[in-house]
Amino acid sequence: MNMYLQTWKKQIKRNWHLYLFILPTLSYFIIFNYLPMYGLQIAFKNFYPSQGIFGSEWIGFEHFERFFNSPSFWTIIQNTITISLYELALFPLPILFALAINELRNGMFKKSVQIITYAPHFISVVVVAGIIVSLVHPTTGIINKGIVLLGGEPISFMTEPAWFKSIYVWSGTWQQLGWNSIIYIAALSAINPELHEAATIDGATRVQRIWNINLPGIMPTVIILLILSIGSFMSIGFEKVYLLQNQLNMDSSEVIQTYVYRSGLLQAQYSFSAAVGLFNSVINLLLLVTINSIARKVSQTSLW
Amino acid sequence: MKASFGDRIFEGINRAVLILITLVVLYPLVYVVSASISDPTYVNTGEMWLWPIDITLDGYRRVLDNPDIWTGYRNTIIYTVLGTSINLLLTIPCAYALARKDLYGRNFITGIFLVTMFFSGGLIPSYLIIKNLNLLDTPWVLIVVGGASVWNLIVARTFFQNTIPRELEEAAEVDGCSHISLFLRIIIPISGPIIAVMALFYGVAHWNQYFNALMYLQDRSLFPLQLFLREILIVNEMSANMMMDGDSMAAMAEQAKIADIIKYAVIIISALPLLILYPFVQRFFIKGILIGSLKG
Repeated sequence: MNMYLQTWKKQIKRNWHLYLFILPTLSYFIIFNYLPMYGLQIAFKNFYPSQGIFGSEWIGFEHFERFFNSPSFWTIIQNTITISLYELALFPLPILFALAINELRNGMFKKSVQIITYAPHFISVVVVAGIIVSLVHPTTGIINKGIVLLGGEPISFMTEPAWFKSIYVWSGTWQQLGWNSIIYIAALSAINPELHEAATIDGATRVQRIWNINLPGIMPTVIILLILSIGSFMSIGFEKVYLLQNQLNMDSSEVIQTYVYRSGLLQAQYSFSAAVGLFNSVINLLLLVTINSIARKVSQTSLW
Repeated sequence: MKASFGDRIFEGINRAVLILITLVVLYPLVYVVSASISDPTYVNTGEMWLWPIDITLDGYRRVLDNPDIWTGYRNTIIYTVLGTSINLLLTIPCAYALARKDLYGRNFITGIFLVTMFFSGGLIPSYLIIKNLNLLDTPWVLIVVGGASVWNLIVARTFFQNTIPRELEEAAEVDGCSHISLFLRIIIPISGPIIAVMALFYGVAHWNQYFNALMYLQDRSLFPLQLFLREILIVNEMSANMMMDGDSMAAMAEQAKIADIIKYAVIIISALPLLILYPFVQRFFIKGILIGSLKG
């Protein structure tokens, strides 16, 4: 231990400029990321702002019990899991999109497809939600105009709980499909072209080459991104959920994160909400560790 | 070599599918642009569905008459410029130092950063820390929070690892050049691309940020543009949506009517800087992703 400290001392003396480069960033992460982790102890306490994080009284798992027994617990968990599974089911779409784009010859067409499909990524979530709300409006929205034109009845998409999850997930696909495909396109461009030449000479069709060369070629990238997305399985983009939420679709739209915000900041139940948030983070962490170790065993590709 | 019949069919289907997807992605964007310059009557009846009808700039005029929009625009510009500067100061030097293979403990320090990607204190403890630091309801909260992203740090580190030859650093050391002057005089001038990419990623994030403002700000004079947008686009519209289900209040209807006229124009105005920059800088964004994907 002493030796270890001494090495540090010597190294810092020798390279202090470089450590100085790191210091502000490290301080930033300690203040804004590690202090909140320390603050998580309020999940096990009865936090009063006047007594501070440290001074409040310990009460154990009471807040967790209250959450597990609350009437909305199962609705929230069910919504969170359903939306996450829905998103996970669409995980292959950017991969397919990348494979399709990769089959195009370089030129105007390929470039246009890419520029257009990447663009929505840069639109703010407020504007995306605003566009959704306008397009699906029951009387003035263009989507309902189309439904009426085809002889259907207008649907009140935003107030009908059954529609919420589809609107949330597919608008996400609209926004991110192109952008999420970039990383796969990059992986595809790294595949050795000789493999394709050899396969063509052997008479392989394009579909066969995609299936037997391209897909295995990008598998490591696919697995890493799959691990990452499962590791954040329970953290839904709650900024957008919160924007699209209203009293009438709440049964279908309330997820853990929006619940934390509502009960924590709007109703000032700090300790209780911190407990709910911690529950969510722990599940995510467990999922990440599990899926990572499965991936390591099955495919030799893993985060660590 | 001539493509086989099957391959030609594949090519055709592939193109058709991609054209369809591209049109579906493009349609809402075209619709918003057209709606923003069309007479709202045609927009609301659905007559305007692709190209503008009865072109008017009334929506834009009303948006520009709205003092909230100006306040929001000013605040967002301040938050974006100052915030992005802090982001770069916290990201670039640190990433460079972490990229140096001779830096003792670099994996340990990187580990400290990486942990925060997978575990965080969450919303409430973060809020309490911000509160304890007396940052609540000050402009600083939007400038400082989100000061550095681990992901961007790793992307920048990867860039330095792959582009700065070790010999350069050794030569500088032999010449008695200190780390700081090496960084300022040699590293920074050859790091233009990564600095541009980082500035763009952080800048867009600041420009589009709304949730931190919603959480940490009460004072309307500090609101960024996105919060005013939320009022115009979501809060009003949601109440209009709900009206179909019974309760209709005249005041809300009136508000919704105004929102109807300005909502599309306000979208365009809020996204204007990105719209103008996008065609020129999109290749930089993609470059950023590519650098990052080389070594995750």
